[in-house]
Amino acid sequence: MDWFLANFATLVFYALAVVAVAGGVGVISLRHPVHAALSLLGTFLAVAGLFVLQRAEFLAAVQILIYAGGVMVLFLFVIMLVNVKTLPNESQFLRRLAPVAGALGVLLGVLVGVGAWAATRTPAADPAPLVQVAGETVGNTEAVGWNLYRDYLLPFEVVSIVLLVAMIGAIVMGRKELQEKEERP
Amino acid sequence: MATSHYLVLSLVLFTLGVVGIVVRRNFITVLMCVELILNAANINFIAFARQLGDLSGQVFAVFVITIAAAEAAIGLGIIVALVRLKRTVNLDQVSVMEG
Repeated sequence: MDWFLANFATLVFYALAVVAVAGGVGVISLRHPVHAALSLLGTFLAVAGLFVLQRAEFLAAVQILIYAGGVMVLFLFVIMLVNVKTLPNESQFLRRLAPVAGALGVLLGVLVGVGAWAATRTPAADPAPLVQVAGETVGNTEAVGWNLYRDYLLPFEVVSIVLLVAMIGAIVMGRKELQEKEERP
Repeated sequence: MATSHYLVLSLVLFTLGVVGIVVRRNFITVLMCVELILNAANINFIAFARQLGDLSGQVFAVFVITIAAAEAAIGLGIIVALVRLKRTVNLDQVSVMEG
């Protein structure tokens, strides 16, 4: 029991990591887009849990709101809207790619092994929680807000312009008369 | 909890995303793989923010999430326009600009 409590964070990490990787495998292996989208949802939620584990509570909330709430609904909405009758046939392409995939798998295994070995070599550092701003103890959300609006104000504004451009682009591409315009000389 | 664990997990997710982009021919799945890659980048940012005791990593992760949302909106808009024009989401059949 003592061992269980002492290593609780590690156990939670491994559980969330397994869920995240399983979701990723599902995204690239499941043929139906809806199934792939639902496994991606599992990955998003697991990553949100990892954020909590790393003391980034604000980002965990943002992850669930934006990804699980916004992006995922958008994906599912478009999948329903498109209503693909025939899914692309991928067997031929996959067979040609098999040796490359094998080589990449071996490389990934080696890298993961080296990483795990390095992880056991380095002692687990536990730095102080990130709640110190200007000498005061504040919550994670307030600390991120201080950083965002004090040090990164210009990138923040640039990102807002990027969002505006993306919104205009999505509206322009989603218009009905796109097809008629293409046919005109 | 060592940072290396998070880096290895991020590596695995990133590799899965790249493999998915290369292997899959379904435009919607390819977009999901891009989201997977951006999530892997976010895990790295958060892990290093904790390791270095610097909140800038978390702020950058906020930016990454914003860009990911914009990218999803644009990509899905492209899918809708593509289906309207070509009636397909198969990337192999979209070769207008291949020359």
